[in-house]
Amino acid sequence: MVKDKKELAVAALRNGTVIDHIPSESLFQVVDMLGLRNVTTSVTIGFNLSSSEMGKKGIIKIADVEYPEDVLNRIALIAPTAVVNIIKDYDVVAKRPVSLPDQLFDIVKCPNPKCISNNEPMRTHFEVVAHAPLQLRCHFCECVAPASEITLK
Amino acid sequence: MVSISDLSKEEIVGLLQRAAEFEKNPNQRILEGKVVATLFFEPSTRTRLSFETAVNRLGGRVIGFSDAKTSSQSKGETLKDTIMMVSNYADVIVMRHPLEGAARYASEISPVPIVNAGDGANQHPSQTMLDLYSIYKTQGTLDNQVITMVGDLKYGRTVHSLLEAMHFWNPRFNFVACEELKMPEKYKRFCDEHGIAYRETTEFSQEVINETDILYMTRVQGERFTDVLEYERTKSLYTLHNAMLENSKPNLKVLHPLPRITEIDQDVDDNPKAYFFQQAKNGLYARQAILCRALGIE
Repeated sequence: MVKDKKELAVAALRNGTVIDHIPSESLFQVVDMLGLRNVTTSVTIGFNLSSSEMGKKGIIKIADVEYPEDVLNRIALIAPTAVVNIIKDYDVVAKRPVSLPDQLFDIVKCPNPKCISNNEPMRTHFEVVAHAPLQLRCHFCECVAPASEITLK
Repeated sequence: MVSISDLSKEEIVGLLQRAAEFEKNPNQRILEGKVVATLFFEPSTRTRLSFETAVNRLGGRVIGFSDAKTSSQSKGETLKDTIMMVSNYADVIVMRHPLEGAARYASEISPVPIVNAGDGANQHPSQTMLDLYSIYKTQGTLDNQVITMVGDLKYGRTVHSLLEAMHFWNPRFNFVACEELKMPEKYKRFCDEHGIAYRETTEFSQEVINETDILYMTRVQGERFTDVLEYERTKSLYTLHNAMLENSKPNLKVLHPLPRITEIDQDVDDNPKAYFFQQAKNGLYARQAILCRALGIE
């Protein structure tokens, strides 16, 4: 009984955000993208948890923090299967999959070394030209980057 | 004006009509009192001279630099700071930069209009405008042209921009290049998406020349090849000689963005179908039209 309570203390979230169904290989990129190393509230990170749908998955629970929708949607870039749950007073009050925005500002690095954005202190800007498979076009140099060439800034 | 793809068909036609007016009367005082900055972060003598002549003939004044070594960029100044500083002085900035996307970025931070005079391998819209004007002027229309592009179709930004701009006018293309320098997939896909017919060939044949309206020659650059012998062999395969034009269509014109090295033999120069020097001259009128558009002068 005592053991069950301890498990619950880790797992349960009174208020905050739960990001579920993150592909395991993308989990720590999501951690970095949300800047979770710098948050002061409690954060639970589950890695390689078993999932009937995905085989293995990651999950992140962040207490007492709600993120703007555009911040959470950036996750779709590296974890398109992720699902966001907003928790209030232990209840899931909103649940939705992440969806990639049409424009990405200062998230992705341009793969073209001759692009101005790699040579000037400035924000990067990409437009999503295709979702599956993902293709991004640099707003500045106009190069089109397939998913394999996309790296986070 | 950053990219030719920013322009609609009507805007391109408007610029061509404007260029035709400037050709009739190239010396006007409509830029009197205006200061045009030409910022050439990499040298490009002919483009700079063409823009500066366009300004001078319209009565404007020119400031600027022709080499980044003489600008504060050599001291480590950012492009943003250079643009912000120069925009205090000039009414419009014409810029050439070795980095791709530099003109787009400048246009987003600058309080005055930016005219792209070439950004790395990306865009060079004033060259495309003068190419379009040359086709329009010599053929009387842009519609239904058979355009044969020869030489370096992989790295040549002029052929890429011309291909994209021509999609409004139902062209048909022949892409003549060796395997190493063939037209990139991206542009062939563009043709497919816009229902533009094209064929690719490695052979610069008589049959291809004889069905062509516009023969667009480009320079095959030695630095694109790792094998010097391969370069020498390729270079000679894509050289135009006067005899090759013997049975070509009477309306055919030979275009080249210049500088020409060996890809058009000197014996072509006296053929009335050789149009590359007039083409460069058309750049003056096209650039006068572009500058007036940038400044909102009707």
